[in-house]
Amino acid sequence: MSDVRAPVLLRAEGLVKTHHGEGAPACAVRGVDLSVARGEFVAVTGPSGAGKSTLLHLLGGLQRPDEGSIWLDGRCTDSYSEARWAEERRSGIGIVFQFFNLVSNLSVADNVELPALLAGRSPKQARAEREALLAELGLQGKERSMPGELSGGEQQRVALARALVNHPPLLLADEPAGSLDSKGTREVMRLLSRFHRRGQSIVLVTHDARLASAADRVISFFDGRIVDDAELDGTTPSRGPGISGVLELKD
Amino acid sequence: MRLPLLALLARGPAHGYELKQDLEQLLGSAYPQPNVGQIYVTLGRLERSGLIEGEEVEQAGRPNKKTYRLTDTGREAVRDWFQKPEDEPRVRDEFFMKLALAPQTGLADQVALINKQRRQYLNTMRNLSKLAAAEDRDNRIAHLLIEGAMLHLQADLDWLERCQEELEELE
Repeated sequence: MSDVRAPVLLRAEGLVKTHHGEGAPACAVRGVDLSVARGEFVAVTGPSGAGKSTLLHLLGGLQRPDEGSIWLDGRCTDSYSEARWAEERRSGIGIVFQFFNLVSNLSVADNVELPALLAGRSPKQARAEREALLAELGLQGKERSMPGELSGGEQQRVALARALVNHPPLLLADEPAGSLDSKGTREVMRLLSRFHRRGQSIVLVTHDARLASAADRVISFFDGRIVDDAELDGTTPSRGPGISGVLELKD
Repeated sequence: MRLPLLALLARGPAHGYELKQDLEQLLGSAYPQPNVGQIYVTLGRLERSGLIEGEEVEQAGRPNKKTYRLTDTGREAVRDWFQKPEDEPRVRDEFFMKLALAPQTGLADQVALINKQRRQYLNTMRNLSKLAAAEDRDNRIAHLLIEGAMLHLQADLDWLERCQEELEELE
């Protein structure tokens, strides 16, 4: 793991979460230890129903664990109130979801500026941040649009701008390409990689291996547990048997 | 290599090095680059079997080069090639054999095998992503090739997931 190289940004120990719905209790997360270094891009993959989204929700304080603890930047969050978590999600943690979760009756510009204003930025600062991010994400000219007028890919880019407007150290992404087509998926992948190269720490939950392969490290999640935790090596693409084997045209 | 070369010659005559360059340009950097020697050898064979005809062209101050053109039989072979659907890709049977035989040997653990195989696929996937990022955006054929490879890998990864689920249930 890379926590010897860079300080730990996020640490979880012994996380357990059981859903008590109708019928028998379902164990979504059963004893997870996890550490994410600053600047690291970690993907969590696994079949649907493996509990990976629940894990992400625990890490972002959207759900509270039955057991276990989470440290953010060295601070234990055990005693955090809902309000304290909400504050954390404004400035410390940005989150993007599969279905974007934009505020449908606010314009694109307002969706992005709102968290900045809530975090105490001046309207002028909020506007400047919003302008810079929308330009970066190729959304100039869409400021006045309403979310419903945009394509899925565009809405996810607005959601990404909203998540990053306060420069949170950690970005959590829950199936960010889950409702996008293949072109939208590539776009999300390109943007996540770009922010990561600039030092953004990212935890991405996805069942899409293409998206996961953009990460430095891939955690395989099964039945509420981590079954493998693999660093992807940063070797440059070669024409080794790995790739050419997949691509080979037979004589 | 035979039929792609014949297909390229269906446009008009060309010499060996041109064909190599055309193929590279068309398929992009992800595809294993054809070795020029291999191309000349293949062209020789195609000529002997009457599918193409070579003609020596004199070049001022340089050795002659040989330009090839498609014969009628060659054109027919290309038509047949396009006519027939291809066999479906085969499941990776070597890994499957390992997985199937591991418990009986006592020499390997199935879950460890799956994890190792998954890492291999993920690394390949990562390399394909890098190739895609480096590839000329406008070369659609090259991007489709890479995307095809990625989708195959995705299917292999999904299947590993299924294997893992089954094994967990047995525990």
